[in-house]
Amino acid sequence: MTLEFTASEMMSVTAARALTNDMTCFVGIGLPSEAANLARLTHAPEVTLIYESGTLQTKPEILPLSIGDGELCESALTTVSVPEMFRYWLQGGHVSVGFLGTAQIDRYANLNTTLIGDYRHPKVRLPGGGGAPEIATNAHEVFITVKHSKRTFVEAVDFITTVGFGRDGKARDDVPHIGRGPTVVITDLCILKPDPTSKELVVTSLHPNVSREAVIEATGWEIRFADSLETTPSPSAHELDVLRRLKARTQAHHAGQS
Amino acid sequence: MAEFLSLQAAVSRYIDDGDTVAMEGFTHLIPFAAGHEIIRQAKRDLTLIRMTPDLIYDQLIGAGCVRQLIFSWGGNPGVGSLHRLRDAVEQGWPNSVEILEHSHAAMACAYEAGAAGLPLAVLRGYVSSDLPKVNPQIKCIECPFTGEQLAAVPSIRPDVAVVHAQRADRQGNVLIEGIVGVQKEVVLAAKRSIVTVEEIVDDLGASVNACVLPSWAVTAIAQAPQGAKPSYALGYYERDNAFYQAWDEIARDRERFQAWLNDHVLEQGAVS
Repeated sequence: MTLEFTASEMMSVTAARALTNDMTCFVGIGLPSEAANLARLTHAPEVTLIYESGTLQTKPEILPLSIGDGELCESALTTVSVPEMFRYWLQGGHVSVGFLGTAQIDRYANLNTTLIGDYRHPKVRLPGGGGAPEIATNAHEVFITVKHSKRTFVEAVDFITTVGFGRDGKARDDVPHIGRGPTVVITDLCILKPDPTSKELVVTSLHPNVSREAVIEATGWEIRFADSLETTPSPSAHELDVLRRLKARTQAHHAGQS
Repeated sequence: MAEFLSLQAAVSRYIDDGDTVAMEGFTHLIPFAAGHEIIRQAKRDLTLIRMTPDLIYDQLIGAGCVRQLIFSWGGNPGVGSLHRLRDAVEQGWPNSVEILEHSHAAMACAYEAGAAGLPLAVLRGYVSSDLPKVNPQIKCIECPFTGEQLAAVPSIRPDVAVVHAQRADRQGNVLIEGIVGVQKEVVLAAKRSIVTVEEIVDDLGASVNACVLPSWAVTAIAQAPQGAKPSYALGYYERDNAFYQAWDEIARDRERFQAWLNDHVLEQGAVS
């Protein structure tokens, strides 16, 4: 029997699979949070999740709407101050993976969450950096999950809020005490990884029933495909069930207030 | 020793037009009641500092209280944009607001440096980010011991800190529980501080390592039950996520926002 699943479910399940039990993950809100908690509720029950609000080793029953919902604090091992979180735990080198979303990403995996257009006269003003600029450089590596579209996947971001590999792919070269940077980007169409030498993002795996043309059409630069292009394994019935129940619980909880 | 005042008196006495004010609370314990009192008293030309401007600064900006904003993440968490902030930055309505933006790590360090009485904070941050190009407060310094290039930002030393907490005892000692954010740092960094609390009790019931602000480190305390709503106070009430979602529609339209402000802030009396 073939399971039915949506592209965004495919993305969440694939992003979740990137996490393992031995990782300490600094989690961004939204898609990364959904994926990280799905991992915790399926194959990686021991994964350590940290949110920038100071909640260490948290195990929320429902997905938080904000980075500091009470659920995160009440289910955490302990909660520290925000300066302690960024200085001791992140900058101190205790975070193995930073899991980020973004508004724009470019061929060198630089992220823009600041604005579209010119800085002083923006076309669209976005929220800004938040924790991402330092998560991306102080975590040992970075996972990114974002929906694939031409508006999001651009040749060069309008503004580098958070560095991937810089404008030329060399931004991390010879910088002391800096993490490896983005190692994987998971979208609703495919998996991309930086080329080991040039650092340009390359498609390494297509999700089931996604064509090369669909990826080319949704990418704002001449996207390259790996020679040994793989097909991403489909979600299992268990993964889909856990994800759907997590989302239903979350929606019921947030709507039931006020 | 902290002085017990009504919220109206505390805001009137300790916040002046043109002041630099930091109203903190990282998603949790956001001092909304105090923010609404600032709007009712029509304070103007404020420089507001806050890591996440959140709905509270969206409201203050839309109400015309703000001249400059220093922040590190200006969205409606999990929902989208802060439309009043965007309208001020993109269209200059109701007045233009100058922005200085940082990362969370830099602001957290800057509050800590302010509390420590230092002129600057040093961090391993902003590597290859464009933020230093648009914010003159972000500089680079060399470590005198290792030669490593590090980021430096000025410490935050506001005129006034405003925070909300669970409770104070009758001597004016304050207990903060749960996500403590930068609450302690901002109070110690500021020249004056206003703390609103859910309740005033005989005994704080604080554990030995609890986050407690001693009475002599706080300027004024005002009781403001539910004073953090629609954010939350751990142990008292939950975050009103449905209101955060509803705010997107309210704040999107200038007239609808003004009607909301009128009904829910301006025509409401001050608490206590």
